[in-house]
Amino acid sequence: MSARQAQAPPASQLDPLVERIMEFLALLRRQGFEVGVREGLDALRIAERCTLLERERLRWGLRSLLCGNADEWKRFDQLFDAYWLPQSRKTSQVQPAAVPKQGGLGTGGAGSGGDIAGADRAQTGDASDAAQEGTRGGASWQESTAQTDFRLLNDPREVRAIENLAERLARRMRRRIQRRQRLARYGRRIHLRRTIRASLRYGGTPIDLVYQRRVRVLPRLVMLLDVSRSMNLYSYFFLRFARGMLGAFDDAHAFIYHTRLIPVSEVLRERDADKVKEKLGVIALGWAGGTRIGESVQAFNQHYASRLLNSRSIVVIMSDGFDTGPATLLAEELRRVRRRARKIVWLNPLLGRAGYEPLAAGMQAALPLIDVFAPAHNLDTLAALEKQLVNL
Amino acid sequence: MTDIVAFQQRLEKAGYIAEPSLAATLLLFTELKRPLLLEGDAGVGKTEVAKALAQSFGAPLIRLQCYEGLDANAAVYEWNYQRQLLAIKIDEGEGRSSADKERHIFSESFLLKRPLLEAITQPQPPVLLIDEIDRADEEFEAYLLEVLSDFQISIPELGTIKASSIPYVVLTSNATRELSDALRRRCLYYYVDYPSLDKERRIIHTHLPQVGERLAGQVVAFMHALRGMDLRKKPGVSETLDWVAALLRVNVKKLDDDPALLMQTLVCLLKTREDRDAITPDVMQRLAANAQ
Repeated sequence: MSARQAQAPPASQLDPLVERIMEFLALLRRQGFEVGVREGLDALRIAERCTLLERERLRWGLRSLLCGNADEWKRFDQLFDAYWLPQSRKTSQVQPAAVPKQGGLGTGGAGSGGDIAGADRAQTGDASDAAQEGTRGGASWQESTAQTDFRLLNDPREVRAIENLAERLARRMRRRIQRRQRLARYGRRIHLRRTIRASLRYGGTPIDLVYQRRVRVLPRLVMLLDVSRSMNLYSYFFLRFARGMLGAFDDAHAFIYHTRLIPVSEVLRERDADKVKEKLGVIALGWAGGTRIGESVQAFNQHYASRLLNSRSIVVIMSDGFDTGPATLLAEELRRVRRRARKIVWLNPLLGRAGYEPLAAGMQAALPLIDVFAPAHNLDTLAALEKQLVNL
Repeated sequence: MTDIVAFQQRLEKAGYIAEPSLAATLLLFTELKRPLLLEGDAGVGKTEVAKALAQSFGAPLIRLQCYEGLDANAAVYEWNYQRQLLAIKIDEGEGRSSADKERHIFSESFLLKRPLLEAITQPQPPVLLIDEIDRADEEFEAYLLEVLSDFQISIPELGTIKASSIPYVVLTSNATRELSDALRRRCLYYYVDYPSLDKERRIIHTHLPQVGERLAGQVVAFMHALRGMDLRKKPGVSETLDWVAALLRVNVKKLDDDPALLMQTLVCLLKTREDRDAITPDVMQRLAANAQ
């Protein structure tokens, strides 16, 4: 291998490689990676250093260059493989024969165009495309998008009204909390006693001023959204609410769960609603399936709690409490959350229904551990919550 | 690939075992001269990377430990007020003009260099380690970004100081706070994970060569199983090394020898009460028995 590496790639082979890399960067950009001109140039510099056989080296280099956080870091390998290793993708997924045979980076030069387009389309999981050309292959993710009913997310007028209201609500809540912070900031004065004490070092000239600490009062919001089948009617509503909250609160984090827990803060922060839809399509696998709340909260505790939960975290769970897992697990995990977080809020869309009693086993187990248990099936009920949330 | 392997070996000489992917990133880091952002759980050896880099370059390591409320005075420069006051008193009798005096007391000899200024005024490029950047507040992050893009620092009384050498900047973060996109974009990124079985074994051997092959293997397997458990504070690599040192000290040759003794040594690994309660003697024995 080393003997072959020693040869620099001939110039004629390099150009298609450059093209392929630019296309790969475009794919990453669509996936929400921050890829600017500078990154593009540096990516080419990295590629220049790699001979055609050193795919791993290209991977490591590009990964460090283009990823900006742990989330992207974990997604990168999959995207890289999907783009540079079309054959391995084909074996693992149902893939039409129309895609030309492709030999990875080694033969990346000639006739790669069609394949790139295929991989690209599969990656972006464009929902509207899938709807129009439902028979087009090469996209297992696309299929999951098609199954998932995203029409609600796209129904224009109603959605806009709801979105606006949710955002306004979130902003109003934020303003209240902020006012408190501003007061605290006004209280950020010179601490006289300490200043005089510190001035002794300089013969009584107060050079080091000692300030009173500003108190941070903005809570951190951690939202866990149930998107299982039983929540189907409400999950989009909650997603939009979460999106408004993410936009309004600096320190908010959102997760969705059904049978697994998936962080979605980054996806929801995307400004372009179509892109949000597109990316949700990618993670829609398992959407509207069963619920394992206990396990999902457990996963949260294992992987995220130590980072996200502290004494100023408010955990908001949006779920109907129908759990296919054991209720004891949910209670146990909620107890853990409770130990670390400031408050747990449970928003239950069913609570507003006449005659509903929270009898689901999961709900029963969770009830004693929750600080605020409230209905939330439309904006009015959410608005009614405002006071409670602000005073948490 | 040969240069990556060579770089790996250089790092190993400096006492750091790096995966090929990390070595490739570090190599790229020295070539592109972008700052490197290392993220990962506490105790996976992020800070060690910077130390090993400095050692393998033969460059000085300048460290800036971030904390909440870190300000320019502590990070960039500060005037030596005491000396200035003293100088004013001494100068009182002399007939120098006041402008002259002012120039004197705001000259470089009264300047206390803090890590950032220090790093850009070195004759040889140093490794600048900005540790736990997520602890500093956003204002400082923005300021840091400016320094990292221009590599110059302006001091109102003295003028602008340009970098005499561009430092290798390594930032570490425990992800307790989301860093700004601007900073992330400026940096190369590497997510440092807990070491693989093989890597951790090699780390143990590098730091504690007297450990037997068998014990090292058992310890590493035990640690992996332990990290897989639902602990509040997962033990890092330094905990592993502490534990091995403790085991050597009490003469444990293999883990399944003496459960009671082993239980006592677990203070090296379990740092919260909950975790101590979670690892009962039974659990520990099961872990030890499985760690073959």
